[in-house]
Amino acid sequence: MEKVYMDNASGTPVHPKVMEAIMPFLKDGFGNPSNLHQFGRISSDAIQAARGQVANLVHAKPNEIIFTSSGTEANNFAIKGILAAHKKKGNHIITSQIEHFSVLNPLKSLEKSGCEVTYLPVDKYGVVNPDDVKKAIKPTTTMVSVMYANGEIGTIEPIKEIGTITGEKGIIFHTDAVAAAGNVPIDVSDVHVDALSMSANQFNGPPGIGALYLREGVRILPFMDGGVQEGGRRAGTENIIGIVGMGKAAELAKLEMPQRLSKVQGLRNQLRDGILKNINHVYVNGHPTNRLPGNLSLCIEYIEGESVLLFLDMQGIAISSGSACTSRSLKASHVIMATGVDAALAQGTVLFSMGINNSDADVEYVLEKLPPIVERLRQMSPLYNQKQMKN
Amino acid sequence: MQYSAKVMDHFANPRNVGDFPDADGVGEVGNPACGDIMKMSIKVKNNVIVDVKFKTFGCGAAIATSSISTEMIKGKTIDEALKLTNKAVAEALDGLPPAKMHCSVLAEEAIEAAIDDYLKKTTGKGLEKKKSHAHDEHHGH
Ligand code: FES
Repeated sequence: MEKVYMDNASGTPVHPKVMEAIMPFLKDGFGNPSNLHQFGRISSDAIQAARGQVANLVHAKPNEIIFTSSGTEANNFAIKGILAAHKKKGNHIITSQIEHFSVLNPLKSLEKSGCEVTYLPVDKYGVVNPDDVKKAIKPTTTMVSVMYANGEIGTIEPIKEIGTITGEKGIIFHTDAVAAAGNVPIDVSDVHVDALSMSANQFNGPPGIGALYLREGVRILPFMDGGVQEGGRRAGTENIIGIVGMGKAAELAKLEMPQRLSKVQGLRNQLRDGILKNINHVYVNGHPTNRLPGNLSLCIEYIEGESVLLFLDMQGIAISSGSACTSRSLKASHVIMATGVDAALAQGTVLFSMGINNSDADVEYVLEKLPPIVERLRQMSPLYNQKQMKN
Repeated sequence: MQYSAKVMDHFANPRNVGDFPDADGVGEVGNPACGDIMKMSIKVKNNVIVDVKFKTFGCGAAIATSSISTEMIKGKTIDEALKLTNKAVAEALDGLPPAKMHCSVLAEEAIEAAIDDYLKKTTGKGLEKKKSHAHDEHHGH
């Protein structure tokens, strides 16, 4: 059976060159990088090189990169660690309603311990208004955390504008760039962010490794207590395999960025145009132009996303859905709902996220398989029936 | 979360999809948990459900439970059909993931609503007292 992976927002396939870079360290990367002997040096040199590669991806300095176990850890670390180190200033944080759960849930637990959080709304495209950020700032505001781009609907946020505001007010700005880093160009010297989270598995590196960029001089409480790894900010013997893989993936992403952007965006547009041409009552989520290259989030009216996902899976096509039924919490995606989509329509949310692994043939295959599935489910749907009868 | 082979079979090849232009009873219910909708249509002769069709706007489990429950009540008397529980439906599918148990409640309710409609049409009086469904018990989370 054909295999088409279009769920890159959940995790990308590891690049062959990343695998190649990792291989020698499966054998020789056992030396503890904290040790001075030759075995330790093999590991510590590799980590230093990777730190440089990751720093280079976002135009940071190597000492501003802290490796973590994931994007989730980077988000937790930034939010909890920065806030704890700046308690004296205040305990108010500004964020958006469409953040990932690895931002929203740490904030929820901080709220329980007395912090105040403002959740900014978004417009119908999922864009945070920088003016809203400005208006929400109070004397006690310590931090603003707004994502660089939303992985579910693809929208890229006005990070530069927000960074200018926080910079003027002396407020720390964290951005969850897990969906964006490695997929769109990022320059921390240009966008004035103080902290930025990344995950290797979002740009064809291995899973289980992420990083936090922390601007030099910004205080943070250590995430893990123990040894002095990562400048004493994140104790624990380094994940050398993951770090080497993330470094290589970052290097490749930086190097190939223009080609990747045009290829992935081209495929995404091809798929989008084909679906809109062949299936009626389909709506594109997120910003029309200012969006991640591979993201195609759609609401397919009258049907439910999990059913689409399951039928596509039977044809070898892997995608995601934001419907209430697909989520374990039985709640429709908070991101889709924040953009003001009607609850019934939100049930038909599906996400095709394309990556460098995809080809023209993949797009054609999906365009061949999807319309009959949608038609079949619509024939089964009482909503579609009602609609037809009214017409 | 994985579905059983039986669920996948009923999902991929649902039995008795559709509705009748001349149904004797129609029941449409919504799922309070996730917002989905299930519609059951029955044809009744001499107190026996001789035919049944469904339409569902919902997940794989919702489609599979609708499909199998149509099979389970076809040829049964009204009273027998009313005894069908969501647990029996789930068991007939070799189980459902805990988070999906509430979808089977939808099937049970849709059948009950269709019978209620049929009784109202024929006797002018619906079901005496509806079975109570404690949705929250079935969520499993
Ligand atoms: S119908 Fe929504 S979870 Fe089954």
